[in-house]
Amino acid sequence: MNQYFSQIFTGGKSLLVGLGETFKALTSPVVTVQYPREKIDISPSMRGHIDLVKDADTGAHRCIVCGLCMKNCPCSAIVIKGEKREGVKGKVLTLFTLDFSKCSLCGLCVESCKKEAIYFSDEYELAAFSRDAFHFDLLKRIEENK
Amino acid sequence: MDFIADILTKYSLVRILISFSLLITIVMLNAIVMGYLERKICAKIQRRWGPMEVGVQGWLQMILDGIKLLSKQLIVPREANSFLFRMAPLLCFTPVAMAFAVIPFSESFYALDLNIGLIYLLAMGSLNVFSILVAGWSSNNKYSLFGALRSVAQNVAYEIPILLSILSVVLVTASFNLREIVGYQSGLLSFWMCQPVAFIIFLIAGCAETNRVPFDLPEAESELTAGYFTEYGGFSFGLFAMAEYGNLFIMSSLAAIMFLGGWNGPFGLDFYSGPIMGIFWFLLKVFILMLIMIWVRWTYPRVRFDQLMNLSWKYLIPFSLINLLITAFIVKII
Repeated sequence: MNQYFSQIFTGGKSLLVGLGETFKALTSPVVTVQYPREKIDISPSMRGHIDLVKDADTGAHRCIVCGLCMKNCPCSAIVIKGEKREGVKGKVLTLFTLDFSKCSLCGLCVESCKKEAIYFSDEYELAAFSRDAFHFDLLKRIEENK
Repeated sequence: MDFIADILTKYSLVRILISFSLLITIVMLNAIVMGYLERKICAKIQRRWGPMEVGVQGWLQMILDGIKLLSKQLIVPREANSFLFRMAPLLCFTPVAMAFAVIPFSESFYALDLNIGLIYLLAMGSLNVFSILVAGWSSNNKYSLFGALRSVAQNVAYEIPILLSILSVVLVTASFNLREIVGYQSGLLSFWMCQPVAFIIFLIAGCAETNRVPFDLPEAESELTAGYFTEYGGFSFGLFAMAEYGNLFIMSSLAAIMFLGGWNGPFGLDFYSGPIMGIFWFLLKVFILMLIMIWVRWTYPRVRFDQLMNLSWKYLIPFSLINLLITAFIVKII
């Protein structure tokens, strides 16, 4: 009998505490944003697709076509090509493509790059209707961004 | 105005037509307003925005949803009992609209003045179970049938505390007429003060009677998809939704009439009364009660079936019985 009444008391009390909790949430500010119109800042550790770093001094990419990223890529998503040119030391990058539909964002390419020539971009609005839209030509992208 | 009043008293058919089209409008408007408030408050409790896209703060959302429901095709499952399947939403909606007829919105704003208004209201409220059973059975779907069976068991259990708690008020007023019950409470005396136990029991049981969370076992989404209206779509679903909010309104207005003094100003403050302000006070009380119901809905998880039955048979019914006996004793002495 004692238990019967104590259950009513404790139960009723916990119900009131629950109501208070939701009332607090009701009066506290909203945390979500209206997405397409409002966007929140991206965390710096965000892994988007890779992109070539634009060097602040030269205004060009830093790639020396060593091919480490291509060799390290477990998905064979990266294809790079380079050629020797007259009067230029080392190789010149002629092709740098990423098949983002294969990429697993493991980050081995970024880690292996000795020159820190590639980084994770913070782009995330990448929905498209065809697979071809995910074959990025990174060299073209950095040249267009000049 | 005299001319209109003359017509209304002479031709009762005109009166019936006008009042019923008004009542159905109120049911639908109530569903729109409550649907919007429910979504908005639910969102705020979960710290989201809720509907924001159409209109300022998304206030047109429910109207557009209604248009969408109206334009959808009514699909009857092949194995379903076609006649009953089509009948069930109407069976659900009609009693709700009919119950609105006896609700006195103010001293002079009501459609029907029945001397057994309270019994009529409860009878119409109980017809809801019948329509749920018809809907669940005719759908020929195991989820629907389970929802319907649960609903019947639940309503049988929770009708009793509702009746007992209301009876303890009726013992004092000695009348089943809703207007007389409200008239009894004019001034400082409202029944929630002298019958607090009955008031709380009525609110809990009313929540269960209208199949709201935490007692929404008939439509438990996570177990039965949508319970008794799993197979319904389009406007037949819309009728069920409107009937749900209509039932909520009826239960809240019954609580307002029985316990909160109906159209009277709160705490005996009759500084603004009269037919128009009476409607305001009445709707204010009803909406506060409905908002509390929404608040409760988005706070508590669903109860288990044995817990549901325990709550009614072990707690609400004994307490309301004891409350009734004490009330009867006091009324007899006085």
